[in-house]
Amino acid sequence: MTPLAGYLLVAALLFSIGLAGALTRRNAILVLIGIELMLNAANLNLIAFWRYGPHPELLTGMIFAIFSIAVAAAEAAVGLGLVIQIHRHAKTTDLDQMNRMKG
Amino acid sequence: MSLVFYILAALTIAGALAAVLLKNTVHCALALTVAFAGLAFLFLNLDAQFAGFAQIMVYIGAVAILVVFAILLTKNSETPKDGVFSHTWLVGLLVAAAVFAMLSWAILQSVSRLPQAMPAPTVTVLQIGEALIGRYALPLEIVAVLLTVALIGAVIVAMHEKEGIQ
Amino acid sequence: MQETISFTPQLVPSPIAEILWLIPALPIVAAGMIAILKQPRRKTAAALAIGSQSISLLFSLFAFGHVVHNWVHGDFGIHETINFTWIQVGAANVDLGWVLDPLSAVMLVMVCFVGLLIFIYSIGYMKHDENFTRFFCFMSLFAGAMLGVVIANSLLLLFMCWELIGVTSYLLIGFWYQKPSAAAAAKKAFLTTRVGDVFFLLGIVWLFSQTGTLLFYNAGAGSMEHGALAALLSQPAAFGLSAAGAIGLLIFCGAAGKSGQFPLHVWLPDAMEGPTPVSALIHAATMVAAGVYLIARVYPLMAAGALSGGTTAALIVVTWVGAFTAVFAALIAVAQNDIKRILAYSTISQLGYMMAGLGMGGVAVGIFHLITHAFFKVLLFLGAGSVTHGCHEEQDIRRMGGLRSDMPLTFATYAIGMLALCGFPLFFSGFWSKDGILDAAQHWSVAKTPFYMLVFGALLTAFYMTRQVAYVFYGHWRGGKPAHESPAVMTVPLAILAFFVMALGLIGTPAWPWFKAFLDGSATRFAWRGFMEPGLLALMGVSTVVVIFGIILSWRFYGDRSPRPTEPDALERIAPLPWGWLCDRFYVDELYGVTLIAFYRWWARVADWLDRRVWGGLVAGVAGLFGLWARLNRFLDTNVVDGGFDKGCDELAVGGGLLALVQTGRVQTYLRILALAVAALAAILIWSSRA
Repeated sequence: MTPLAGYLLVAALLFSIGLAGALTRRNAILVLIGIELMLNAANLNLIAFWRYGPHPELLTGMIFAIFSIAVAAAEAAVGLGLVIQIHRHAKTTDLDQMNRMKG
Repeated sequence: MSLVFYILAALTIAGALAAVLLKNTVHCALALTVAFAGLAFLFLNLDAQFAGFAQIMVYIGAVAILVVFAILLTKNSETPKDGVFSHTWLVGLLVAAAVFAMLSWAILQSVSRLPQAMPAPTVTVLQIGEALIGRYALPLEIVAVLLTVALIGAVIVAMHEKEGIQ
Repeated sequence: MQETISFTPQLVPSPIAEILWLIPALPIVAAGMIAILKQPRRKTAAALAIGSQSISLLFSLFAFGHVVHNWVHGDFGIHETINFTWIQVGAANVDLGWVLDPLSAVMLVMVCFVGLLIFIYSIGYMKHDENFTRFFCFMSLFAGAMLGVVIANSLLLLFMCWELIGVTSYLLIGFWYQKPSAAAAAKKAFLTTRVGDVFFLLGIVWLFSQTGTLLFYNAGAGSMEHGALAALLSQPAAFGLSAAGAIGLLIFCGAAGKSGQFPLHVWLPDAMEGPTPVSALIHAATMVAAGVYLIARVYPLMAAGALSGGTTAALIVVTWVGAFTAVFAALIAVAQNDIKRILAYSTISQLGYMMAGLGMGGVAVGIFHLITHAFFKVLLFLGAGSVTHGCHEEQDIRRMGGLRSDMPLTFATYAIGMLALCGFPLFFSGFWSKDGILDAAQHWSVAKTPFYMLVFGALLTAFYMTRQVAYVFYGHWRGGKPAHESPAVMTVPLAILAFFVMALGLIGTPAWPWFKAFLDGSATRFAWRGFMEPGLLALMGVSTVVVIFGIILSWRFYGDRSPRPTEPDALERIAPLPWGWLCDRFYVDELYGVTLIAFYRWWARVADWLDRRVWGGLVAGVAGLFGLWARLNRFLDTNVVDGGFDKGCDELAVGGGLLALVQTGRVQTYLRILALAVAALAAILIWSSRA
């Protein structure tokens, strides 16, 4: 098991946990938490590949990860703002009860 | 694979698990913070110092706080009376398991082709700055625009609706 | 259609011969024009009919004058013909054409003149009838067709016009078609003459096949000319006859049908259902005379092969049939009570005389009687029409009487006609023409029996005519309302006819046999010596005695007695059983009804059964099949096509409903699906890149 493989496995595990959380929890905020975990796992992947990749002097992985962090922050802000607005409307954040778009 | 890695990995995963499994939403947010911290240390372990500190500052310093604020603003601070998991939680778990299986299979079956230990790169902040302005100038600008839009958007989305005010 | 102008010997045909075709064409065209008129245009219809007839008469007189001119100059035996080819059948040609010779000239004048008088008479007679125009249309058509028969040079053209006069006779007998008796009579007339016409057609076909031509005269190549006759004589047929004799007999069958010889006479008395002018024109003067004319026309064929002075089998048959018919019909006429039926049977009887005259004495003898008979029979019929008109449409002679004083003009003309018919001596043409026939019968080489039969027939003729006149004009009135004289438009033709009835005798006396000479093509002049022929004066005496005896005998029974209609007839009292036979017309109609008509009805039933069950069943079966097919199609359409389509649409809706279940509206569902899809895609990608 190479170090890279170890990091990748950790990242995969993190990703799966985050996905599980996003898919199973009822609270909308918990879904966002799961999404944050998934993003972080991806970041870990990026940094790991940068560290053990062929051209670390290009800084591609690092910059990618930094941008990813920035974008994730912005997205978390907007997402949570949405959740707050939804809560004002429906007086709840329970995703099981939000099926007005049902076909 | 050093011991440090194992400890840090265990910490991160424990935090993630806690964030997903705990009943009280605030406890989840705090566990998330622990997970973020673990990740930051992992970054440091990977010689990505800037990324690690950026992780601490942005994620722990902003995103986690943001999550806590959102929890408080949506009156989720108490433990909910009926279950926290959805009715069909098993399906979601299975899907996540499937994804993990696929990912791990992909990783494990290419283990032989992955590169071995490499010498640690030295990255200075100056280099990062030069790269941002030089090679990655366009993504930088785009991300700047994106951040602006997100800022404005978040404000508008979360604003109270008042009569006569657009 | 190429015109071959044929003439004998080397004469250019006269202008009148070239336009001879106009004589029948004009009345037919007039009929066509009347047919397209609207019904109430009486004056126009009458004007067209009478106008065309007058012009035809004018032309006929021209033609007659021309032929007389030829005769006077000693050109005998000339047949001016104009022939043309109508159709070509393989190598053979079927020719038509017309001929101008003494026979046709005489017939033309008679038909046109008598026809014109009857048309004028009809204006008065049909005045109260609402179908005035239809009457004149048919009468004009008949006149044209009859003239066509008279001038035809081709047996085929003659046959065509023959059928046309049959059709118009049918139309005119059934003129008042709402009366069932009239419709039945018309049908009977048509069918009975048809029986004769079948044999006639057989004769025509045989003649054409043997001689290759149907023209009578064609510059030596015609069927009545020497070459063809010789060929026909050499061909043997059945029963010891030659082809000529057999064809002659077949043609005689057609003539027997039209001229009412026994046994095809049954239609003539019933034909009296038509209006009286129709009876006068068609069933006295012209159509029934067409049979006699036909025999006269084909006389060379009938007489072919006769040894000099002898006769042929065909002519013998003609004579016997004629003589028998003469007596048979006269006997029946004695017991009839309808004024027109007496005249109808009288016509049949006189036609028998004409046929006998043709058979025994030749063309001139028979045709002379035809001409004189035409005039006095028309006179008698028109007189009868005047009587019925004056008696308010009464036709039973037992309900008339004493009309001598009420209708003097009618009585006078009727008496003249009656005396001519009886053959009263000297001043009446009937005497001379009948004596001509009796003279020929007296000198017939084969047997004397026809002579005795004809003399007996003359006795009967006098008897029944006197009976009729006594019933109608003598005694006292036994009818309803009093009678009145007819208007001038009806009595003036009567007077004109009466004059001719008396005057025509002059051209046939033995002292000056102009008619015979004219037709036979020889010269003659007036000579008292003509009366000195052997047996002639004796014959004249015998016939005079017979006539007077008949009149006196009848007067003893019927004169001035006026029995009521309910009382039995005077003769009936004496001999009731024979009277019954005579009254019931010797049961000939009943015999036909039992045999032929019954068979025909059975056959019609069989055909009807066949038609309805077999053919109708077939058609119904096919229709049923189609119905089945249609039902199958409908079933397929509703259930398979429509149903299938509907089901498909329903399934589509169901499928859509099922698919819509995916849209739960819940974010996490969508997320799960996304995750699963991404995992699957990635797996596929890695797997394929690995391979």
